[in-house]
Amino acid sequence: MVVNRIGREIPKNIQGIGKLKPYEGVFKKTALGVKKAPKITFQKRGETKIIDSLKQAVIKAGVRNGMTISFHHHLRNGDYVVEMVLDILSDLGIRGLSIVPTALFPVHQSIIKYIRQGVITSIQGSVNGPIGEISSRGVFDFPVVLRSHGGRARAIEAGDVEVDIAFIAAPSADTYGNLNGIDGPSACGSLGYTMTDAMYADKVIAITDHLVDYPLSPISIPQTYVDYVVKVEKIGDPKGIISGTLEITKNPLRLIIAKKVVEVIEASGLLMDGFSFQAGAGGTSLAVAKFVGEKMEKKGIKGSFGSGGITGYFVKMLEKKLFRTLLDVQSFDLEAVQSLKNNPNHLEMSASFYANPHNKGCAVNKLDTVILGATQIDKDFNVNVNTESGGLLLHGIGGHMDTAAGAKLTIIATPLLRGRMPIVVDKVITVTTPGETVDVLVTERGIAVNPARSDLIGKLKEAKLPIKDIRDLNKEAYNLTGIPEEPQFTDKIIGLVEYRDGTIIDVIRQVV
Amino acid sequence: MNAKLRRSALYVPGNDPSMIQNAGIFGSDCIVLDLEDAVSIEEKDSARLLVRNALKSIDYGDTEVIIRINSLYTPFGREDLEIIGRVHPDGIRLPKTESAKDIKQVDRILAQIETEEGFEKNSIKIMPTIESAVGLFNVFEIVKASKRITLINFGAEDYTADIGAERTREGKELFQIRTRILLAARVAGIQIQDSVFSHVRDIEGLIKETKFIKQLGFDGKSVIHPTQIEPVHQVFTPTREEIILANRIISAIEEAKKKKSGVISLDGRMIDAPVVTKAKRILKYAQAAGII
Amino acid sequence: MKDQIKLGQAGTLESSDVLVFVHFSPQQKGRKIELESPSEKCFGKIIIQQIEKTLDSLDIENIYLKAQDRGALDCTICARVEAAVNRALKNKGEVGQ
Repeated sequence: MVVNRIGREIPKNIQGIGKLKPYEGVFKKTALGVKKAPKITFQKRGETKIIDSLKQAVIKAGVRNGMTISFHHHLRNGDYVVEMVLDILSDLGIRGLSIVPTALFPVHQSIIKYIRQGVITSIQGSVNGPIGEISSRGVFDFPVVLRSHGGRARAIEAGDVEVDIAFIAAPSADTYGNLNGIDGPSACGSLGYTMTDAMYADKVIAITDHLVDYPLSPISIPQTYVDYVVKVEKIGDPKGIISGTLEITKNPLRLIIAKKVVEVIEASGLLMDGFSFQAGAGGTSLAVAKFVGEKMEKKGIKGSFGSGGITGYFVKMLEKKLFRTLLDVQSFDLEAVQSLKNNPNHLEMSASFYANPHNKGCAVNKLDTVILGATQIDKDFNVNVNTESGGLLLHGIGGHMDTAAGAKLTIIATPLLRGRMPIVVDKVITVTTPGETVDVLVTERGIAVNPARSDLIGKLKEAKLPIKDIRDLNKEAYNLTGIPEEPQFTDKIIGLVEYRDGTIIDVIRQVV
Repeated sequence: MNAKLRRSALYVPGNDPSMIQNAGIFGSDCIVLDLEDAVSIEEKDSARLLVRNALKSIDYGDTEVIIRINSLYTPFGREDLEIIGRVHPDGIRLPKTESAKDIKQVDRILAQIETEEGFEKNSIKIMPTIESAVGLFNVFEIVKASKRITLINFGAEDYTADIGAERTREGKELFQIRTRILLAARVAGIQIQDSVFSHVRDIEGLIKETKFIKQLGFDGKSVIHPTQIEPVHQVFTPTREEIILANRIISAIEEAKKKKSGVISLDGRMIDAPVVTKAKRILKYAQAAGII
Repeated sequence: MKDQIKLGQAGTLESSDVLVFVHFSPQQKGRKIELESPSEKCFGKIIIQQIEKTLDSLDIENIYLKAQDRGALDCTICARVEAAVNRALKNKGEVGQ
């Protein structure tokens, strides 16, 4: 065991994974080596890529036991493709698969069945509640490797993860394998998360329910990366893919948090021409987006870009010219999909462009401010988004550690408590995002600033914003709830939290 | 004029643990934990204990904590007072106050509790609510009935029903109760809050009504939803011009005191005691709003 | 005095509340407390302690108590336990009265 830079014990190596590199600090790890490249291929004139069935396609792709296969989650909770693929692979008797999803949803619950049957023996990338829970109970032989959006792209490009077959659910495809996400009955908007897979996987199978004549326009993923195209009846359920209009929160407590966040942004001095901004799709984030938009309108501020998961609120800001562009890695609602289709300033970006630290510059490096959540935050400003209070692994990372590292001002916006669970704690169970990349905590009971940011402290004091010591917020939380008992773990490591540069920032152990 | 700022009083249902534990964070000057209209008859006993325990363990900071007990004419009021009095709320809001006798009865019980518990004498305040014609008729004796009274308010729904008036959004039917209670309040030297504006989504309407009652001389307003607090506070927040003028008036007075002048004038207007009082009040509201 | 069963219930299943059900019977020896709580791992011990403390203050030795917690703080838990016990002791046999 070694102790990494953030004080967590990391084993030197793990059977089945190999040597581990301990986290050294946010921009400390220099990139080494060359990118992995897929095999050179040859497509003769006249050869078709259309395969009649998904079963035939996977056989043609040479699927074997022990392979690594990948999926994207742009169809969210309306996705049919993951289950479709796994059913077929299981029928073919394939075992020992390593899957690399970009995220998982409740609709993917057949994965649990296939894990128990040994069809899937390892997961890299992300988990969700039910799958995380069974990993916490020790079902896998190898630890789940958790990566952020940027980290996953880095790992695939560097060859840390070698994808044998990438399955791409494509809302629109032409007969030669050009793909986009903006047309078709299962339109999902941006296909950002799957672009890295397309470029680096050995074999790429596109699955679509909307096959058009050659050539498709516009093209998100070009034909040069796609081996086979399979048409199926439906790739997903639109109701589960796209949310209805997402509404800002009506909860008065969360509205107070949103208002305080906007006060912090204003006081920081960043809210001026050229401003760039990212917020999630939760009710509080949307409220922040709305209030920031109102302030920008009032002051006549012209922002540069809004980024990340794009919602109708950001689209409205683009249309009002409060932003010059939107950088879209995931489109959350119908307005976002339509805007990506019709507005030339609404740009699609890949996960690598978005957040990979080992390329020539990713979008998060240009962010002024990002608003993020947390399941826990501790007095060193370390944030946990993966495990909950009982120690169970329940969530993937998303873009949390990426945006926090890149943004000039990283704000964690959260209530002080969730039910009886204190969110501001003494020490987080799992470190996902290191404190040195987190600047401000905003709760309904007060604002705390990372002591390393004396510049920010000065600005907030000048704006007469009351600042509390984060340790006092922790005390306030514990005064209300009592001091929580620490979860009990065995020695067995069931999860690795890989930092975006490939080092290990924390490990997750099996719950007793 | 009382020292404490009471621009807003947020009603909090006494049987809702989530609202009770968060009541202090919304920024109102006062909170009213309600054991009366917000709690069904079957739950009065349980709510009473919830509120008692909250007062014992939750830190509401600078927010004034008032409990609206049930009227002593109901089977619940006496027990409310007994249980809640012993955990020392800042004040008791007494609904349906009709006479000085109602006040004196509560005063006696509180005095006994204060003695038995070793609390400072008269430290638990009484805030009567006028909700009927009889109550309004007796308001001048009510406001003088106890040293504990620091504020008075009224209930628009019950009152208009009692006098047979039509309850409207515009509120013209409330002209007499507003002005009469205001008069009584000023005679007794206590504060007055307006009744709630129940159309929660109509912020424009809330602001209009609050501006009106401020103009009449009211000190604040009861609210039923946290989103109403800020608009009310904004109405009670002086403008930059008002603050500048108030500062100039105070300076002029201080100058005059130094020079021992008699009549002081500023910009051609005479500055006498009422003008100074108003200026001090403006600066106090400005301070509370955090703008000076 | 006739031997009889006394039941009482207080609280709700709303967020931050706890639904407490109590059952007194002549057969019940000692305190049997069942807790169902999302924060069981972290606060289970503290919650049981608070329930026991409240029963101590009410002088209750023999009782069956079931608490379905939805993230309630201690002050709420104690209030609901006290209310449920009072209701049971006041009215014999009918829940919630």
